[in-house]
Formats: sequence, C-alpha cells, structure tokens
Amino acid sequence: MGVIVSTRRIVKAGFVNFWRNAVVSLSAIFVMTVALFVVGATILMSVFLQSTLNSIRDKVDINIYFTSDAVEPDILVMKREIEALPEVKEVEYISRDQAIEAFKLRHANDTLMTQALEELPDNPLGAVLNIKAKDPSQYEAIATYIQNERDKMAGSGTQAIYSVNYAKNKIIIDRLTAITNGVEKVSIAILFLLIAIAIVITFNTIRLAIYISREEIAIMRLVGANNSFVRGPFVVEGMIYGMLSAIIATGLFYPVTLWLKASTKDFYGGVDLFYYYLTNLNEIFFILLLVGIALGAVSSWLAVRRYLKV
Amino acid sequence: MIYFDGVSKIYEGHAALDEVTLHIEPGEFVSIVGHSGAGKTTLLRLLLVEDRPTQGSVFFEKVNVHKIRSKHIPEYRRRIGTVFQDFRLLPNKTAYENIAFAMEASGKSDEEIRSDVPQVLELVDLGDKLWHFPHELSGGEKQRVAIARAIISQPDVIIADEPTGNLDPVNTYDVIQILKKINDMGTTIILTTHNKGIIDSLKKRVITMADGKVIRDDRHGKYVL
Ligand SMILES: Nc1ncnc2c1ncn2[C@@H]1O[C@H](COP(=O)(O)OP(=O)(O)OP(=O)(O)O)[C@@H](O)[C@H]1O
Ligand SMILES: [Mg+2]
Repeated sequence: MGVIVSTRRIVKAGFVNFWRNAVVSLSAIFVMTVALFVVGATILMSVFLQSTLNSIRDKVDINIYFTSDAVEPDILVMKREIEALPEVKEVEYISRDQAIEAFKLRHANDTLMTQALEELPDNPLGAVLNIKAKDPSQYEAIATYIQNERDKMAGSGTQAIYSVNYAKNKIIIDRLTAITNGVEKVSIAILFLLIAIAIVITFNTIRLAIYISREEIAIMRLVGANNSFVRGPFVVEGMIYGMLSAIIATGLFYPVTLWLKASTKDFYGGVDLFYYYLTNLNEIFFILLLVGIALGAVSSWLAVRRYLKV
Repeated sequence: MIYFDGVSKIYEGHAALDEVTLHIEPGEFVSIVGHSGAGKTTLLRLLLVEDRPTQGSVFFEKVNVHKIRSKHIPEYRRRIGTVFQDFRLLPNKTAYENIAFAMEASGKSDEEIRSDVPQVLELVDLGDKLWHFPHELSGGEKQRVAIARAIISQPDVIIADEPTGNLDPVNTYDVIQILKKINDMGTTIILTTHNKGIIDSLKKRVITMADGKVIRDDRHGKYVL
C-alpha cells in the first residue's frame, strides 16, 4: 500500500476516533493540559527567577572612591588596567563633575543641602570607578588587585584612592553568590522533577485510554491489519491530545500571569511575569506544543505496543 | 489445504488439544462439534496463530503457520475470514466502516472500497443499514456485518466459531444460508456449533471432539455426542 494512502487513512482514523471517543479524549486532554501547564509554569518561573537573579547580580559592584586631588589621567590609566583584568565585565568612570551632578539631583528637594553646596568654594566630591565583575564570585580577586595597587601607591607616597567599598559589601556579595547558586540548583532540580511527574501522569492516562481499546486492537489484528496500521491512529490521537492541550495550557497562562502581575512586579529586576508571558508567547507556545505532541505520540506508541505482541 | 499434524496444546498441565491430526480440503464445509471445553476454539486459535501449539504443527497450503515471521502474519490472516459468537465488530465504527477497515488494512484502493462495501452489505441484506453503529444493530444484523467483513477480502477459508450462538432461530437460519452460499462459491468453511438442527440439515463433514481429541470424523455426519 502506498505510504501516502496509508498515512492519510491513519490520520483520518485518528481524528475520527478522537471525535468518537469524546469522553476519553476530554479526560486525556484535561490531564495533559495540567501536565503541560506544570511544565510551562516551571520553565516560566525558572526563566523569571533567572532574570531576577541576574538583575540582583547586576546590582553588585565595587566602587573605588578617589580623593578630590587625584588627577583624571591617572584615574583613566587605572581604569584601563582594571578593564584588562579577565574577571572584569565593565568599568564605569564617574568624574568629579558627574558625581556632584548626580549628588545634586539626588538632593534636589533638600534646600539646606543645596545651599550648603553652593557655599563651598570647590567640588568636595572625588571621582569614582564603578567596577562590575563577570560573576559575583570574582569580586574577591578584583578587590585583591585593587588593594595591591593601593599599597604600591602608598609605598610611592601618593594616595589617590580615598576608599574602596569592597570590604563593606563582601558579606553581602558572598551571601548573594551562595543564594543565587543554590536557588539555581534547586530550581533545576524542581524543573526536572515536575517534568518527570508530568510525563508519568500523561503516560498513565494514555495507557488507560488505550487499555479501554484493547479489544478493538485485537479485532483489528484479527482482520489482518499490520502493526503500524493498528498503532498509527492511536499515535495520531495522542498527538491531537498534545496539540489541543498545548493550546489550552498556553491560553491558561494569560489569566494566571495577569493575576500574578502585581505581586511579581515588585521583585528585584522590574520585569513582571505577565509582561514576560506576552513578550515570549510564541516561544512558550512552541515549547509546549512540541512537548505535548512528542509526549502524546510517544506515550501512545509505547502504550499500544504491549497489545501488539503475539 | 489445512493440515493439523499431531497438535497438542497444554494449558497449565491441562491438555486442551491432545495429538490432533486432521486434513481439510479446499472447498470443504467442515463442522466441528463437541461438548463445551472439548477444544474447538483452541483448534481454530492455533490456525489463526493467536496461540502456539505445545507440540505438533499446523500447515496452511504446505506452510507451517507458526513459522511465519510476525511481520507477515497480517498477510496470512487476511486469507482467513473469521466470524465469532460475539461478533467482534469495532464498536466505534459503522457497519460500512467496519468492512472498509478490513479493506484499508489490506491496502485496497478507495475506489474498490467505495464500490465493494455497499455490495457486500447488500449481499447480507444490510443495504439499508450501512451507517449504523454496532450498538444500533440487532444480534443477527451484527453477525451479518461480521460475515460481510469476513468475505470482503475473498479469503480462502472462513472460520465461524459458534456464529449462531447468540441468535434466534430465524437469524440462525439466515447466517447458515449465507455460509452455504459462500461455500457454494468455493470458499472453505470451518464451522463450530452446538446446534444439532444445523448439523443434521447441512449433511456435510462433521468432526466430533472430546477432551481435546478427535473422536469421530464423518463425511456426511450427524450431530452425535
Ligand atoms: N487461554 C487459556 N488458558 C487456560 N486454559 C484455556 C485457555 N483457553 C482454553 N483453555 C482451556 O482449554 C479447554 C478447551 O477450550 P476451548 O475454548 O477450546 O473449548 P471449546 O470446545 O471451544 O468450548 P465451547 O464449546 O464452550 O466454546 C478448556 O478446558 C479451557 O478451559
Ligand atoms: Mg469455543
């Protein structure tokens, strides 16, 4: 028999069976929707968590405060040296003028402070180098480097660096590093666990649906249908379950993330879940569709197999 | 055409078949009778390769059917039409679709299906019930659909295991008439039944079984137990 003809017959039979076994189909879709929703929610949460962790990490930095008489060329030389370190992601130079502007802006409503500044003959603030590492665990190394530089300068009599805020931040940085690493590990473990549970539940549901059809399978074999012709429609049915469940599960995330919008907006990072859902709708749907179809097809394939043995 | 050579089938120490040897020639109408549990169904199941013999071999046209590779078993089964007491129709398919399924499975073209299925249903007098589901048909009608399905692929043999077991006398008569008609057209028929009336009126070969053994084999037999 031609492959095209038999495929067309199998696909058609799959749709007809899906429609005629409406009750079984509905319950399979219900279970699969829940499973896919769990998969989607886990992925969504872990991506969201990831972006939150990243923005927290981004907030960690080292500031070098220079004395007000440190000269700009020297500072820029140091900036370039630090930038050359492999651990460093970026170094931002905040000149004395920029520092005072930012300070004024912060205290714009504080008339007393503004007046006091006006009366000063000179800008009292020093320049700042703001250093970000590629990874929070690398601040230690950067701080050590800076400390060595500072010691060298002290040895040669000049003291351009007024202070380095690493020591103050050290405890926070260390703790944050530990927490973010831990959270990542735990969330990956949970992701895998939940996905495994979703697969097992879906497989069992489909197995039950096919168990109901075991007599039919025996009859099909008796009238001389070969294995792929018996199995095909079930696999198609499983794929239909997966497709519809993916559509429903993706749709379900709309009200759920909308509902969570308010409570996730205030998280560090500022990206709320609803926004994330809307901007990544295509990817989310595509992933769930792929997972759903694969899960439905493989489950059906395996479940029919035991009734095809002689 | 069909040859059972010293076939035994032992289920958990109990012999359902005990060294059965028998020949069936092409075009024969063979009835198998015997008390419940005598081994009639077991014999037919071995011919259909639904089970394997404990000992001995079953041949279909010189081929040992239990040596057929599982890939080729569907092809082999299409040469045998089957009719059972419990009809064995696909419950979610209409009369038409049940028969079309068997044709699709054997790779018949859509045109053949469209022209043959109504014809064969007409033949069993169900031309007006094409689109009924099994649960919308009477027992006799279901059995006629099953017969239509069994003959659609023009098999060499039809196995009918108590086809009238669930039918009233009128439907029983109809089913037997259809089987006779099929036999007249040259198809070999193997029938099992507990119905004395059928056997006595057929006047064909009767094989009598007891405790897994063939105890009588008469050319023009009567129902004697
Ligand atoms: N799958 C099985 N497992 C164990 N024992 C079986 C199995 N199938 C059949 N038997 C036994 O084999 C014997 C023969 O059964 P079989 O079904 O062939 O009888 P039968 O002649 O068809 O009876 P009936 O007229 O009631 O249909 C019986 O004792 C039955 O209990
Ligand atoms: Mg029986």
